[in-house]
Amino acid sequence: MSEDSVTAVNDDGPLVDARGLTFGYTAAPVVDDVDLRVERGEYVGIVGPNGSGKSTLLRLLLGLHEPDSGSVELLGHPARAFAERERIGYVSQDVTKDEKRMPITVSEVVLMGRFPHAGFGRVTQADRDRAREALQTVGIEHLADRRITALSGGQRQRTYIARALAGEAELLVLDEPTVGVDAESVDAFFDLLDDLVADGLTVLLVEHDIGAVIERTARVVCLNREVYFDGSPAAFTESDALDRAYGTNVRREAGGIVT
Amino acid sequence: MSGSAGSATVPLISAPYDLLNWLVGQWSDGLGWVGEAFGIGMLDYVFMHHAFLVGALIAVMAPLIGTFLVHRQLALIGDALAHTAFAGVAVGLFVNSLLGTGISPYVTAIVVAVLAALAIELISETTDAYNDVSMAIVLSTGFALGAVLISINTGGLAVGINQYLFGNLATVSRENAVLLVVLFAIVSLVVTVTYKQLLYVTFDETAARVAGINVPWYNRLMTTLTALVVVGAMQIMGVILVAAMLVVPVAAAAQVARGFREALLASVLLAELAVLVGITLSYHYASTAGGTIVLVAVAVYIVMVLAGKVQSARAVDESTPSDAAVGDGAIGEPSDD
Repeated sequence: MSEDSVTAVNDDGPLVDARGLTFGYTAAPVVDDVDLRVERGEYVGIVGPNGSGKSTLLRLLLGLHEPDSGSVELLGHPARAFAERERIGYVSQDVTKDEKRMPITVSEVVLMGRFPHAGFGRVTQADRDRAREALQTVGIEHLADRRITALSGGQRQRTYIARALAGEAELLVLDEPTVGVDAESVDAFFDLLDDLVADGLTVLLVEHDIGAVIERTARVVCLNREVYFDGSPAAFTESDALDRAYGTNVRREAGGIVT
Repeated sequence: MSGSAGSATVPLISAPYDLLNWLVGQWSDGLGWVGEAFGIGMLDYVFMHHAFLVGALIAVMAPLIGTFLVHRQLALIGDALAHTAFAGVAVGLFVNSLLGTGISPYVTAIVVAVLAALAIELISETTDAYNDVSMAIVLSTGFALGAVLISINTGGLAVGINQYLFGNLATVSRENAVLLVVLFAIVSLVVTVTYKQLLYVTFDETAARVAGINVPWYNRLMTTLTALVVVGAMQIMGVILVAAMLVVPVAAAAQVARGFREALLASVLLAELAVLVGITLSYHYASTAGGTIVLVAVAVYIVMVLAGKVQSARAVDESTPSDAAVGDGAIGEPSDD
């Protein structure tokens, strides 16, 4: 849908290039021989049953784990040694949980996106301006001085996306961002992702809501330890990959799978 | 009273030591003058000048580090390190009595506590979690080691041990005050330089790793700084209560502050309040300083909890209409528990 809206052109290679990726916390692999290339401007949704290795795959792609075999390149560099970290934005799974109850405001969280740019130096006014722009982009500028624990799940999600945008990320990686968010906010959240993709951002999303992935993304990867399907949402709904990956007793909601 | 200044010389490089010594002397003179001018009796004593200086510096350092620890749910680490610092004190006393040297037990306490800090980090890195069990093991090992070393040194040594366990205002010597100024300088400098990294790691460790921050390195730094603070605060607070200064003012500040910077500042102010009031009370009622300070800090905490309740009750009233005006569908649970 948006492959033609590529803006930045400093390197033309894929943003993510994983080949033969295998990894296990114990002897049994959680991720087995996975190939995944994500080109600039793509909007990719990864689906799969619980424990299918989706989050682990993301962590491997981000260079947080050393793969047992295979390789990952991020923006053309080996992921483990990748240095230009600010080019990647990451929204973790527990965004909507707040068992920490740490006092911190929305604008302080978003400003963290500028920290890799600032290093040990001071945060400048330009950094603060960037952070404010990012808050405007996601539409929660008016919440800047709120404590983050006082926000709803949907608002908190936007805060983390703003953090990635403030860091001028080219690749946005989201791990189950809609867990614990009410349905209406989920719709608004996917609308926001659509806008960001249209502006040239590359989005890689792990999501439990298969219907939303089929409806919203441009490419579906179905994972259960290995890749069962990788292609367009339309082809995915016609294939039997879902049944094979999830086993037979999948609860299919009739209205959920539409293109 | 200033006679205590001559005892137990710390072998330090002389020029910077002389400068700090002079600064502490100036502080003492200043407070003495204030005491005379306003007729404050307790300021007649040099040991009270040192106590106020050390207390004021602790009240900055402890919450500064404690804020990062508490919000990573690492409040226990201060307690564990304090008990290993006790082992360090015992090592110092042991070595002194064995070799007849005059090493300050606080210096050996710093060395042992820093080593223990790095050991805790090593355990947590290899087992992939900070856990109560490993912390409890380090804590009791430290205390047991201290107890054994002291009991081997029979005789006069056991007498002086109370000051390390419970802290003592009257034993804060000029050397100890100078040592604390040095610790204060190190801790505040390091936190200032690495504030952004420490905040990122504290708030979201995984995202910090994705952002390229060397998380294990900053964890080690954090625990090492904790060791320094704990030893510094031990003089007044004592081994048993030192962790309270890392935790109680921070918990109090978290009740009312919205932002992290705000919380840091508030915790320092509340700690200053607790320390200054606590030292004053302990002088007037001849009570133990550490205990008095902690009780004042807990009273402050209770007041802040109540203030926080009032504040959030008001915030709910205000936020309900403005949330509906968002219009991005982000309505829904206010999600405050």
